[in-house]
Amino acid sequence: MRNNGSYQSSRLTALRRRLSNSIATAISATMVALVLVPLLAIFGYLVIRGIGAVDWAFLTHTPKPVGEVGGGMANAIVGSGLILLIASSIGVPLGIGAGIYLAEYGRGQVASVLRFTADVLNGVPSIVMGIVAYSLVVLAQGHFSAFSGGVALGIMMIPTITRATEEVMLMVPNSVREAALGLGIARWRTTVSITLRTATAGVITGVMLAFARVAGETAPLLFTAFGNQFWNLDPNQPTAALPLQIFTYAISPFDEWHRQAWAGALVLIALIVGTVAVVRLVARRGVFQGAS
Amino acid sequence: MLICGLSLLVIVGVIVYELALHSKLSWKAFGLSFFTGRDWDPVLGSFGALPFIYGTVVSSLIALILAVPMAVGVAIFVTEMCPRPLRAPLSFLTELLAAIPSVVYGLWGIFVLAPLLREQVQPALARYAGWTGLFEGPPYGVGMLAAGVILAIMIVPIITSITREVMLAVPRHQREAVLALGATRWEMVRVGVLRNARAGIMGAIILGLGRALGETMAVTMVIGNRAEIAKSLFAPGYTMASVIANEFSEATEDLYLSALVEIGLALFLVTIIVNALARLLVWSVTRGVPARVHAQ
Repeated sequence: MRNNGSYQSSRLTALRRRLSNSIATAISATMVALVLVPLLAIFGYLVIRGIGAVDWAFLTHTPKPVGEVGGGMANAIVGSGLILLIASSIGVPLGIGAGIYLAEYGRGQVASVLRFTADVLNGVPSIVMGIVAYSLVVLAQGHFSAFSGGVALGIMMIPTITRATEEVMLMVPNSVREAALGLGIARWRTTVSITLRTATAGVITGVMLAFARVAGETAPLLFTAFGNQFWNLDPNQPTAALPLQIFTYAISPFDEWHRQAWAGALVLIALIVGTVAVVRLVARRGVFQGAS
Repeated sequence: MLICGLSLLVIVGVIVYELALHSKLSWKAFGLSFFTGRDWDPVLGSFGALPFIYGTVVSSLIALILAVPMAVGVAIFVTEMCPRPLRAPLSFLTELLAAIPSVVYGLWGIFVLAPLLREQVQPALARYAGWTGLFEGPPYGVGMLAAGVILAIMIVPIITSITREVMLAVPRHQREAVLALGATRWEMVRVGVLRNARAGIMGAIILGLGRALGETMAVTMVIGNRAEIAKSLFAPGYTMASVIANEFSEATEDLYLSALVEIGLALFLVTIIVNALARLLVWSVTRGVPARVHAQ
């Protein structure tokens, strides 16, 4: 009898364990589905609402005054390009330089302090970066400008590029460095022509990811680049930017502007996802793996 | 190269200096009562940041409550349970969520999420959970709840990817040992993986919190922007980041501007502390594991 009872209870236990296993699997699979729903919903709406609104005029014209149908965001697309160009020319050299330092020369306390600083900088809310660029550049210049927006975004690019550069350069085998040094090549020359050369694809990956990350930033541009209804290529003048224009149009009460906001969002996301996809493709091809 | 490295330190120093410099006026005028005052009236020159602090904390908490089960569930499924060929596509898709800019989330929030909440979700919540007092009042769609939901979607990818990282840092033999004792897959995950990775998962969650606290555009577009403290989650609110976004370029008086910068300084300090804590926790799990080569 007793044997039979324990046999029964162990069968029950086994059943209970199998059941809890199935339940846990089902729950975690459900969570995946729950996360995919908003993803599909966002991309679905972007395509449905956006694709009809992206036309030739949208890509080549400046905004029309309120109430008039038509017009586009050409100046905002070009403005975004200008701001990102300024941002990259600040963020890329500093970020790569800091990454090289951490990978090749960084030892001990200084390096860990710098690594921590990069992480801190990475966590600074983008709106705070806007305040800083405002008080550093806009107050000094006396007016809003593309340059101040570029400064805000450029600073935001640095930590991502730094950590990515460090990561890929550390993956270059030491034997490569030793071989170069053994040939009598100077340390700095080895770093630049051998180590950095070897890690180029990975560094580019990091740069592109940082670029994609700041390309959609809006908050730091609100009171730096400020926005502009007209063409502007002067870095010292207020400049339109795609994310800013989407924001302005989205919170406006006009249907025509809402339509254009969706179009702008579709163009922006195509730019960003395109960049990320190219990066992934290059990384997967095995040119260089790392820095994701 | 050292100069580039040190520029990081300089930049953080400049951020702190500029924020401190420009918030001095407000600090002198209000002191600590700035953070406990409920009154935000630019016309009368009276500034209290409590409604914004409340809005930031509550919207971030809603986001965590919604996002943590989803994010950890996804991480468990992708690292431990799903068939191998599904792994890369699924993690790519969750990372795609991280690539969507904040302003696009906001656009989607205004035109898709808010109407959905207004017409379907909020009436149902009011009917079945209205007695809690959290879900009452007119369903506007936009408001604290909408902000929490949109933040939840936005912080899932960061929590998922860090949770995956710490779970992968748990040595394989831990899993094998538990499986060898005859454990089911879920028991293996629970005993072998989660128990070892819990500090790191906590870190991932706190990192998500840090992201939610500082998030600006999407929240600004759906939270309703009213500086009031209301118990109901249907009511519009305001966050620290959104008040800066909305009012900074209109702030003409020095004290007004200074008050906004002080909110920015507070936000900066809080996110730094939160991030440092999170990094420490993640590091406590992943240290000793060599820098992993990301497969995808």
